[in-house]
Amino acid sequence: MRGIFKKKKINYPVFWTDYEASFKEPLPDNLNELRFVVLDTETTGLNIKEDRILSIGALSLRGNTIAVNQIFEVYLYQHFYHAENVAIHGILREETNDRITELEALMQFLSFIGNSVLVAHHAGFDRTMLNEALKRHGMPKLKNKVLDTSILYRETLIASPLLQKRDHYSLDELADKFDISKKDRHTALGDAYITAIAFLKILEKLKSRRKFSVKRFLR
Amino acid sequence: MKCIRLLLACAFPVYRLPLTANTAVMKNTISSRVADFLKNYPPFNEMKFEDLERLSEEVSILYKIKESVIFEQGEAPHSHFYVVHKGAAVLRKKPDNDIVDLCDEGDIFGLRPLIANENYEMEARAYEESIFYTIPITTFRPYTQKYSEIGNFLIESFASNMRNPYARSHKDKLLAHTSIGNSNTNSGLLDLQSVHYSKKLIACGENSSIKTIAATMTEKKVGAMLIVKGKLPIGIITDKDIRNKVATGQFPITAKAKEIMSAPVITYPVKMTITQAQMAMMKSGISHLCLTEDGTDNTKALGILSKHDIMLELGNNPGVLMKAIKRAGKFKKIKTIRRSVQNLLKGYLDQNIPLTLTSKIIAELNDACVKQVIAIALKKIKKEPPVKFTWMALGSQGRSEQLLHTDQDNALIFEDVPKHQQEKVKTYFLELSKMVTKGLMHIGYAYCPADMMASNPEWCLSLSEWKNRISHWITNPGPDEVLLSSIFFDYNLVYGTPKLLNELTGHIFTMTEKYPIFFMHLAQGALQNPSPTGFFRQFLVEEDGAHKDFFDVKRRALMPLIDAGRLLALSHQIKAINNTSERFEKLAELEPNNGELFMACSYATKALLKFRTKQGLLHNDSGRFIALDSLSKEEKIKLKRTFKTIKELQELIKIRFKLSNL
Repeated sequence: MRGIFKKKKINYPVFWTDYEASFKEPLPDNLNELRFVVLDTETTGLNIKEDRILSIGALSLRGNTIAVNQIFEVYLYQHFYHAENVAIHGILREETNDRITELEALMQFLSFIGNSVLVAHHAGFDRTMLNEALKRHGMPKLKNKVLDTSILYRETLIASPLLQKRDHYSLDELADKFDISKKDRHTALGDAYITAIAFLKILEKLKSRRKFSVKRFLR
Repeated sequence: MKCIRLLLACAFPVYRLPLTANTAVMKNTISSRVADFLKNYPPFNEMKFEDLERLSEEVSILYKIKESVIFEQGEAPHSHFYVVHKGAAVLRKKPDNDIVDLCDEGDIFGLRPLIANENYEMEARAYEESIFYTIPITTFRPYTQKYSEIGNFLIESFASNMRNPYARSHKDKLLAHTSIGNSNTNSGLLDLQSVHYSKKLIACGENSSIKTIAATMTEKKVGAMLIVKGKLPIGIITDKDIRNKVATGQFPITAKAKEIMSAPVITYPVKMTITQAQMAMMKSGISHLCLTEDGTDNTKALGILSKHDIMLELGNNPGVLMKAIKRAGKFKKIKTIRRSVQNLLKGYLDQNIPLTLTSKIIAELNDACVKQVIAIALKKIKKEPPVKFTWMALGSQGRSEQLLHTDQDNALIFEDVPKHQQEKVKTYFLELSKMVTKGLMHIGYAYCPADMMASNPEWCLSLSEWKNRISHWITNPGPDEVLLSSIFFDYNLVYGTPKLLNELTGHIFTMTEKYPIFFMHLAQGALQNPSPTGFFRQFLVEEDGAHKDFFDVKRRALMPLIDAGRLLALSHQIKAINNTSERFEKLAELEPNNGELFMACSYATKALLKFRTKQGLLHNDSGRFIALDSLSKEEKIKLKRTFKTIKELQELIKIRFKLSNL
């Protein structure tokens, strides 16, 4: 049925149109007013087509402040499972955490993020996982700007012949470098918290650079 | 479609408030993290954990960079107060910007104005990069009524001392710990500051034998033992008693405590200030005071205050600080001692004590801190090092020119081992180095941005690996190799065996003798620093970046001297002198015909270092960048005079190493 309509005529559900509408408001130019949502997803594995999201953790960051009562943490009900990954994220299939369906999780998530700038470590993966989930439910892709702390961290490193830059820096390395406690590592919200603190420190470093501008930063 | 929509519409109100719904049902990882931290500190330690968790859910986590303002003096109160989670906050009061207090992890500040509904009486800034928990007063207030302990804590905090409510406000916390040289950044306040004393009371009964008492005192590293009877103090035994009464043969070591103790004990109330304590000790000519609840010997003994504690409090004696460093069992303790070291440094500079002496003392203290960090790490790792090793300080620390906290540069050499053991041994030393570099970061040495640290596998090598690397640098002197060797060749032994280091030095001298062309490249590197002044002898300032319009005293003035000093010292094969001004003094001795210039260089180095240190103390940074308009005319002239010396020195190097022909 849906195939015969032109693309723009698709009637998306309210939660999506509400989410979409939030982008009508332009992002503030002032970094202190800008809302960032730092997130992390725990998944059944790394295959973007087969694997599924098990939990999403996110927190909101504005003006160097994380409000603890504005956090987002959901556990999803999933059929698909890899036993070998349970060791990492510790989420079992029969876990007693209150679970919700994937669609429900996405709806809550979209209302939480609105038009905020998303931040994640190796953000490409989280974004793809979320987009795949949206696609399964017939929704378009996320519209938010996304920043990747792994890439931003690389930019903070000094250009020196003595320092070999690598392509990837793990969240553990960042936590060590910035002296962030690794408590709750490998829970979505715990990782999001580490990412958030690392992001704040990275942002400070980048801000002191001569060519820094918010526009460029969010490009 | 319609059906789904309807379903969504019904469900939507719930989604609108996902946060409250979630936090109520599920434990929020972040808020538990906050609660876990708060429960260790007063007054939160009085709260039931459920209450604390509920409070924690309303907390915000605030990140502040060094020196950024949290609130201004005279500003209307915020809706929340602050708890230091990581880092520290400094409270200053106008008009003189006197430091009123330094708040450490777990300390509360900015609470009183919220309760009294007044504007802030002082300014608060982040003393270092910090994370604060901000607690809304509306959430907190109900608990002050629910828990009488919290109410009391606040009353006691605010009632006593109006001039310094903040320092008093965590008096309870001070009572609960043995604190060292904590918050006395301002000597003017000593009269008001309550003393910190050992709460862990070392005491025993009157029938204990001298032998056990001496053993306990040795184990606990204390100079006095309180003798108690049912918690009441009845006597005291100090080192002196044991020396005078036991070592002289007057009493056997099997004698009982009551036979040799000094009694009655001189007691004082716990609420005494540093000045009062000093007076008390002077008055009665004793070195230990017993503190009791009400100041008489009829109440419970709470602690012993020694002369040592007071000296430390005053932070003005390198010997005492040195002792405290060696006693420190945790990184955190060293961090607080280092603040006292900084105070000491400031005092020396203010009193115009010669920089040679100042830098020697400070370098010794810094060195002791690093040594202690390594000692703590070795204890923590629980395994003996598989072979001998040497921990080296590189760069400014290696040259003993590091007066302020700067980045850490270090490296490690370990003895050669058979190939099959290499990996295992290296893994051990990397693990050790990781702990040490982390410890160093905790006490105030930032990680090296170029990762030039022993925790980097490239900088944690066996002796022959180091020899190979150095040979490579000397035989292939590209710009990178010259840069690397210029940082590395200022190495200094910090910990471990000197043998490995001596062998390495020998190797460097043999190699440079064989490849004299290396000096030419080193000389070229030494001349590459940008000039301090322009054609009209005006200062050249930075043109862009975070330090636009500041003068870079390190790169434009100090580095040329340091680089030249190293080059000339190396070419003369001067061993074991790393300090730049000392290098020049030695050079003046070796080359009498250039003596005057070298002595001028030595003087210029000291003058510039002092400049940098003073600026650094003023701005709580490395002092590298100087705002020229903050200098007096006299200072500017002084600065320019050193530039002339630098120019002459560079001419000499150009000619000696035949660079003009290149």
